[in-house]
Amino acid sequence: MAQAAMSPTGIDLSGNPRRRRKETLIRRVFQAAAVVSVVVSAAIVFSLVGRAGYFLAQVDLATLIAPSDGWFPRRGSFDVMTIFAGTLLVSGIGMLVAAPLGLGAAIYLSEYARPRVRRYLKPILEILAGVPSVVLGFFAITWITPQIVERIVPGAQFFNMAAAGIAVGILITPLVAAVAEDAFRSVPQSLREASYGMGARKRSTTLNVVVPAAVSGVVASLILALSRAIGETMIVAIASGATGGSAFTLDPAAPGQTMTAAMTALAIGSDQVRGSEGTFESLYFIGLLLFLITLALNVISDRFVRRVRQKY
Amino acid sequence: MAIAAKGPRTSDVVAQQLRGRSTDVKGIIFQAALLFALLLSLLILLVLIADVARGGLGVFQERGGEFLRGRLTVVSPTTAGVGQGIVGSLLLLIFVVLMAFPVGVAAAIYLEEYASDTRFNRFIDVNIRNLAGVPSIVYGLLGLVIFVQVLAPLTGGKTVMAGGLTLAILVLPIVIITSMEALRAVPDSIREAGFGVGATRWEVIRSHVLPAAAPGILTGTVLSISRAIGETAPLLVVGATTGLLATGGRGFFESFREGYTALPVVVFRWTSLPNEDFRALTSAAIIVLLIMTLSANAIAIILRNRYERKW
Repeated sequence: MAQAAMSPTGIDLSGNPRRRRKETLIRRVFQAAAVVSVVVSAAIVFSLVGRAGYFLAQVDLATLIAPSDGWFPRRGSFDVMTIFAGTLLVSGIGMLVAAPLGLGAAIYLSEYARPRVRRYLKPILEILAGVPSVVLGFFAITWITPQIVERIVPGAQFFNMAAAGIAVGILITPLVAAVAEDAFRSVPQSLREASYGMGARKRSTTLNVVVPAAVSGVVASLILALSRAIGETMIVAIASGATGGSAFTLDPAAPGQTMTAAMTALAIGSDQVRGSEGTFESLYFIGLLLFLITLALNVISDRFVRRVRQKY
Repeated sequence: MAIAAKGPRTSDVVAQQLRGRSTDVKGIIFQAALLFALLLSLLILLVLIADVARGGLGVFQERGGEFLRGRLTVVSPTTAGVGQGIVGSLLLLIFVVLMAFPVGVAAAIYLEEYASDTRFNRFIDVNIRNLAGVPSIVYGLLGLVIFVQVLAPLTGGKTVMAGGLTLAILVLPIVIITSMEALRAVPDSIREAGFGVGATRWEVIRSHVLPAAAPGILTGTVLSISRAIGETAPLLVVGATTGLLATGGRGFFESFREGYTALPVVVFRWTSLPNEDFRALTSAAIIVLLIMTLSANAIAIILRNRYERKW
């Protein structure tokens, strides 16, 4: 190597060996830090798979998809469809709230707001993003249920999936807005100018040029938000599934159990799970399901984000 | 000239044609709807704060600082307080700051400054993005198996240390991603200037890149602190106490291996009580929690607005 580093003029350019060793050492330390993230992923899979396998070995697999039983871990009814339906219902309501609010805010900030206005309005969404989910859970039962849900559906129950869904929607609105706004802003100015040059107005330019050009980013923001909604725990644990178990239900005005709420109930033992073999391990089984679902959604959303980056 | 003065000038006609057309009603409605979507978020935020303030400010007027020092109890609303919750949350943050920040910034430096575009490095990058999307309760399961059970001899089971390490791992991907973005924003010309005068890669990073990226990195870390303060679900799984806590009264470092509670866990515990007296206490605890998280967020926004620069 020393030979190769000799320059034509005969001066050794390989540098001080001590300085080079130090460089290599520092590089190794940084590399080790990056590898920690891989270790974390391995630890997650390790934690979930073993216990989930133990659970599957203990229970009768037929009970996992028997909607008549509902989700009552203490009694040995592990109907996954019940908590899956609850999760879909709550996230669906959340998306109905977050998609129009988040996308509307994103279009306004990106296309309409003047830089000064944007400077003052954008922090609103960022502050909203900083509200902890446990606070939104409390807000769901103290305000959303009495002021909104009970007005739309008289006779709605105190704990209900509609309130949880709306609160989840509030939680993910800033996420939709942030990712979608990035997508709209990455649409090149020349496309807008071409549209104006043809005599199009601002609204037609926005709807017919900017939004279609950024559609991958919009889809990515919605998938990412759906993933977050599915994984959201405290809001549903407080506002819809405060009990340990639930029968199969699709009524938004009634309490219901989601995957994450069922996990919380198992974790804090609010339904006194110590009964049969493998009852507590169902926690890891749902955890694994949740991990796989959100992983799939994140991978898809990442694909869409990349597509925007590549295009422009 | 006399001819031109007879009729209206062409440019005037064109200007009038362009200006004087019917107002774009649909466009105005569209813009108003968009603004409404944005302002509705603001409205929700205001209603939420008003709702919590109306419920909780009374507690501060009656009890004042005593509420901030009080203990976590679920039986006597007159003596219950958030003291243990605040202390617990701050102890957890020590782990986040000491573990997640150095590792996170170092990983970001490796990925942005050192890593070549190999298959393994791309895998690390994708892996970190996916870790950021893993639901927080799954991190709780990780903590329960690894820190509470496997590493029990080190952490002592369901202790501050186990909870703190779990939160540190939870925010690690956020710290890495925001730090990477901050590093990426530093233009290559800055680095090339350093290399040009004979500096090694690490010398360039230390003297040129890091100072330029510091505000961005700081913004990301402050945001992750806010996230860590508000996280509840993983702490419930790794066993933050929801009942009474024994007062250790031992040294600072021994407290890392004792049971604990955290402010959001206190909020959750009180929220699930049917007792009406605790409703006001919950609101008061939420005020304390919101002051902690939202001030962290506000600091991050101010930092970014002040130091954001275009190269």
